[in-house]
Amino acid sequence: MMDNYMLKVKDLHTRVNGKEILKGINLEVKPGEVHAIMGPNGSGKSTLSMVLAGSPAYEVTEGSAEFFGKDLLAMPPEERSHEGLFLGFQYPVEIPGVSMVNFMRAAVNAKREYHHEPPMSATDFLKMMREKRAVVELDNKLASRSVNEGFSGGEKKRNEIFQMAVLEPRLSILDETDSGLDVDALRIVADGVNKLKTENNATIVITHYQRLLDYLQPQFIHILYKGRIVKSGGPELALEIEERGFDWIKEEVDKKEAEEK
Amino acid sequence: MSALNQYMSLYDEHSKLINANGAGPLNDLRAEARAALEGMSLPAAGSDNYENCDLEAMLAPDYGINIAKIALDVNPQATFRCDVPLLTDTPFMLINDTFAASPRAMENLPEGVEVGSLRVFALDYPKEIAKYYGRLAEMRNPIVALDSLLVQDGLYLRVKKGIKLEKPLQLVNILENGVPLMAVRRILVIIEEDAEATLLVCDHSQNPDVDFLALETVEIFAERGAKFNYYNLEESTAKTSRLSALYLSQDEGSNVSIDGLTLFNGTTRNEYYTRFNGEHAELHLYGMGIEDETRKISTYSHINHAKPNCVSNELFKFSLDDEAKGAFTGRIYVAPGAVKTEAYQSNRNLVGSDDAQMLSRPELEIYNDDVKCSHGCAIGKPDELQLFYMRTRGLSEATAKLLLKQAFMSDIIDRIAIPTLRDRLHLMVERRFAGEKSACAGCSACGK
Repeated sequence: MMDNYMLKVKDLHTRVNGKEILKGINLEVKPGEVHAIMGPNGSGKSTLSMVLAGSPAYEVTEGSAEFFGKDLLAMPPEERSHEGLFLGFQYPVEIPGVSMVNFMRAAVNAKREYHHEPPMSATDFLKMMREKRAVVELDNKLASRSVNEGFSGGEKKRNEIFQMAVLEPRLSILDETDSGLDVDALRIVADGVNKLKTENNATIVITHYQRLLDYLQPQFIHILYKGRIVKSGGPELALEIEERGFDWIKEEVDKKEAEEK
Repeated sequence: MSALNQYMSLYDEHSKLINANGAGPLNDLRAEARAALEGMSLPAAGSDNYENCDLEAMLAPDYGINIAKIALDVNPQATFRCDVPLLTDTPFMLINDTFAASPRAMENLPEGVEVGSLRVFALDYPKEIAKYYGRLAEMRNPIVALDSLLVQDGLYLRVKKGIKLEKPLQLVNILENGVPLMAVRRILVIIEEDAEATLLVCDHSQNPDVDFLALETVEIFAERGAKFNYYNLEESTAKTSRLSALYLSQDEGSNVSIDGLTLFNGTTRNEYYTRFNGEHAELHLYGMGIEDETRKISTYSHINHAKPNCVSNELFKFSLDDEAKGAFTGRIYVAPGAVKTEAYQSNRNLVGSDDAQMLSRPELEIYNDDVKCSHGCAIGKPDELQLFYMRTRGLSEATAKLLLKQAFMSDIIDRIAIPTLRDRLHLMVERRFAGEKSACAGCSACGK
């Protein structure tokens, strides 16, 4: 039977260098939704985003993830991208010697090839680049520079959202896209994400701060702790975290764990 | 039995013929070369400074050497297409071991520029040539001794005092023959006081099915205040071996760039020996090699900071895939008293397969305290995080690796001073990594 879930993660376990980081993640996302994942440092938030994007550094030991009914975990990272998954990196990677414009052209045409479409003409491509740059007010001069090389912290994050705009993903995972941004840069990035929002796509935003959530207005808040989603709720949960921190949740979980033992 | 014996026997039996097709100053050094080879044993494969280089194996095959200068039935000028859009209307050509006169190339050269067949100049001006020929290259080097024993022709370039040659000169070395052939050649360059010139040397092999050995010695004199750029681009074949030894002397205030670019090759050994004879001189020594399949490249450099206040910048980059093997040994010597020396050396290597191998030995030998020197080498695989980042944007692993390899070489290419050559090389390197398997793209010689 068809349901309208875009992403279905079931009991996902992950190991890195022999250590279990994710210990049974369950998460369901529908088109049009915005989810926020919060949690203390080291709880597994970035690991979850890297695993969903297909990083070869992480080993999935148990569980499943479906993306529009397809086995996400069986796909290489590039196929996940073609199918419409996007990861905005917490630390965007610098690639000296590869220009932004060549990188994006290769990305756009790889996706078109996957969907049996001819490569984009040079004129159309440059026009699209211009339009998408405007979404995050990204300077034209960055396009001729090497990928992320010499970009300021804010430029790197805006560059992530620019790439998201170009690739038009169905599901975007934004890993601490707000970290290291000043107030103005945060507004530009958040406005960019909001401009790209439609009823057909969805966003998972990983953050420590309420500031970004004020802009993005997620309907669902999940708290990740010790490799599990230990609490889910509406926007009020984020406000409670903002006020009280994570300690009360940690205590709840740790107490429960102790009782189970 | 040493592979050198066959060459000594050839000389002993045919020295008259070799001399008859040589010229005075060239012939005059043969006895010294013969004496140097007598009892010389070739450095063993893998011995110090000869890592991943087997001179014995490279010299062992029984190549034909055209000492009688029999006209070979080849006409590369008719079919040869250079990959670099011609920097000059007609480049100079060395077909195998013989300078091919191309009269038009001589046109439009300013007065004070002498360029052409080394043999012809040596016949016409023996005293002038003898002042320079063989004065830098060392006979204890087997490449130099063999070259000096057998060489009959090559390129001679002299730019006289104060002449600034704006347009680059181009020499195309072509190996073409129906059966295995060894080409012995020599390049002699004299850039006089305050003169300026750029020389691009392209090496090609026309027939991919024939074994070739190119043996060359290059001597470059950069006099006081001279500026000289020397680019050597190898686009040969898997069956081509190359043994090259370059010697450079730099007088006060001279500025020289040497760039060895290996795009396609078989087995290559490039040696660079440079010496500062005056203060405030500057050397830029760069090189790159793109090695895959079973290609081999071994590079040796020795930069002698004999005088104070000189600057040397050295960067070599190699990319190795499949079962390719490479080696880099770079020595910088800073003499006692050579104060205020700045010497920077770097060797970076990208190894893309488990069966490929790169050996690197950066060496600094410094005999005074007042210097700024650095050396470093890195051997690594394509960066995992960069690859992953690119793949999350939809690039296949192969495309991502390709872009990273192209990017890896870009800083070497960006240092080339000739814009046409720089742009062209970017494209050629892109195509090379994209899987073009030979240098055939620009050439219709074999009719394929």
